[in-house]
Amino acid sequence: MASLTLEKINKRFGATRVIEEVSLDIKDGEFVVFVGPSGCGKSTLLRLIAGLESITHGDLMIDGQRVNDLTPPERGIGMVFQSYALYPHMSVYDNIAFGLKLAKSEKQTVDERVRRTAKILQLDGLLDRLPKALSGGQRQRVAIGRAMAREPKILLFDEPLSNLDAALRVQTRNEIAHLHERLGSTMIYVTHDQVEAMTLADRIVVLNDGYVEQTGSPRELYEQPASRFVAGFIGSPKMNFLDVDARAEGDAGCRIQVPGIGERVLPRRLAGDSDDAPLTLGVRPEHLTPTTAAGEAGFRIVNVEYLGSEAYLYLETSNSDTLVCRSEAPSPFARGERVTLDFAPQRAHLFDHDGRALPPADVEQMSTQATIS
Amino acid sequence: MSLRTLKAVLLKIGFWLLVAVLMVYAIFPFYYAVVTSLKPSSELFEVSYWVDSVDLSNYAAVLSQPTFVAAIRNSVIVALSVVAIALLLGLTAAWALGRVRFRGRTTVMMLVLGVSMFPQVAVLSGLFEVIRTLDLYNSPGGLILSYTIFTLPFTVWILTTFMRQLPDELEEAAIVDGASPWVTLTKVFMPLLWPAMATTGLLAFIAAWNEFLFALTFTLTDSQRTVPVAIALISGGSQYELPWGPIMAASVIVTVPLVVLVVIFQRRIVSGLTAGAVKG
Ligand SMILES: Nc1ncnc2c1ncn2[C@@H]1O[C@H](COP(=O)(O)OP(=O)(O)OP(=O)(O)O)[C@@H](O)[C@H]1O
Ligand SMILES: [Mg+2]
Repeated sequence: MASLTLEKINKRFGATRVIEEVSLDIKDGEFVVFVGPSGCGKSTLLRLIAGLESITHGDLMIDGQRVNDLTPPERGIGMVFQSYALYPHMSVYDNIAFGLKLAKSEKQTVDERVRRTAKILQLDGLLDRLPKALSGGQRQRVAIGRAMAREPKILLFDEPLSNLDAALRVQTRNEIAHLHERLGSTMIYVTHDQVEAMTLADRIVVLNDGYVEQTGSPRELYEQPASRFVAGFIGSPKMNFLDVDARAEGDAGCRIQVPGIGERVLPRRLAGDSDDAPLTLGVRPEHLTPTTAAGEAGFRIVNVEYLGSEAYLYLETSNSDTLVCRSEAPSPFARGERVTLDFAPQRAHLFDHDGRALPPADVEQMSTQATIS
Repeated sequence: MSLRTLKAVLLKIGFWLLVAVLMVYAIFPFYYAVVTSLKPSSELFEVSYWVDSVDLSNYAAVLSQPTFVAAIRNSVIVALSVVAIALLLGLTAAWALGRVRFRGRTTVMMLVLGVSMFPQVAVLSGLFEVIRTLDLYNSPGGLILSYTIFTLPFTVWILTTFMRQLPDELEEAAIVDGASPWVTLTKVFMPLLWPAMATTGLLAFIAAWNEFLFALTFTLTDSQRTVPVAIALISGGSQYELPWGPIMAASVIVTVPLVVLVVIFQRRIVSGLTAGAVKG
């Protein structure tokens, strides 16, 4: 049980900057997921927290105490590795007991802890087996057991599910969620799979190229992405992006011209000097409503993806981009037909040319008034 | 059909013929030594390839010589010490060279390999001076020192290659579990390196067991000799007699431990020699 604070953490390998100015507060018992594309530095950040890499700049605090120079066991962390990294020549029992024995626990305590851990993870019957005689899911559980056994304050997971098949992944995901609820310990989990991040996290940290793009609950990230990067990363299928021109429209927000859809007023406030600036409109597939079009209006359907509970329409725009929109299943639309699209303006997002999201109009309005008075 | 079967049969016969030639080539000298050692000296110069009657008098003669028994003891001490030291130093060096990143690592590896290219004769006189200075002349210590110099390069090289193949995450898991480098090496890596250690250990043992030049140069008295030298110095009743029977008996006696060792470690050696070649 512990809180964790990262203060302007930097990591360089030689001249390459891998982690830049990452600051983060993780509360006691929180389940935090680091997510981001491959190579963005998720594993490196996790290994910095674990103590497997040295921090170039910045402070890492556990329970208010600076731990930069402590070894992993001194920090009180346990870690589950992507390849499990079980000791191949040791039985399940010895794998789980290894850390406890090194910590010079008494024999009886070791035995008690190993058996309790095994029970929680349903490994009771497998204690005498070698790792090679276990299935992927069982190995995964042993790896978690080994990390848990010393009752670390913080549990770290580096893409623990990536070696499992789809069905087992969902099952193990649920088991990990259940485990978190049961142990109540602080957990940090690395994945590049946004579904895993959304389903497990209390809070998601989206990393991009060594920076923190945004931190927030799954819902915050989904509903109020701070940047185009986050908007595109969270949600499946991806958010649609369209280039639009915009004009300020007073308190109401701004008026945009969407090719193929028409004019809309969005409750988003333009920065003062960015009148007529090229912006990007972002709308999620589930927020686009298709209607059968008359004649040559709207968009042509190039593909219909049927998923049982819903269907996705792939639409061709005039400049041959693809838009995705959701429809009920079975879909009333067929390939080759044309549809027009509509969306609720408050559900749409606007991003400036740096990819930053424009803030909601009413909030801005208040702050504008504040500066005037 | 018949042509194809004929071809298959011929190929098979040819294959086994080749195997037979190879076997005879490799084993015949040793076989002849065994046969000779089992003949009484009166029959020694009758050429025969079969043992008609087993006569152990040569063995009795050899084993009743106190110097030969002492030589066996010396050889065992020297060879086992060399193996132990070479494995210990080799493992720790392999840890550093295989798992720790530091400047000049490749240079060190090349130097290690380079050292093993010097012929024994080239370093003989220099080594002699070293041994005299360290006061190890005419003692097992001198031989242990000089053999270790020659076995360490390949021990380090082979063990480093194997050490590099062990996954990084395994070491990191041990670190997270609170293991010191020494514990990681002995409790996690060593059990996984057994095949490599058996292979290198055996090669070091054979090298130390069979070495002749240093053993002859660095020892003086009969009580300090090792087996190869002792065999060479077995003399007959007179200047004109070479005691082939006892020499062969002695050779067989000192070869047997090697054969036994190889048989014991055979499976490990095979997996050790191939484990590096194929992934997985
Ligand atoms: N030891 C190292 N030396 C130099 N560069 C490194 C080292 N380790 C990682 N990097 C670089 O740091 C960047 C981030 O690596 P990291 O492993 O943290 O990515 P990741 O987000 O975990 O990606 P993935 O999803 O593929 O695992 C990469 O560009 C990588 O090349
Ligand atoms: Mg990674």
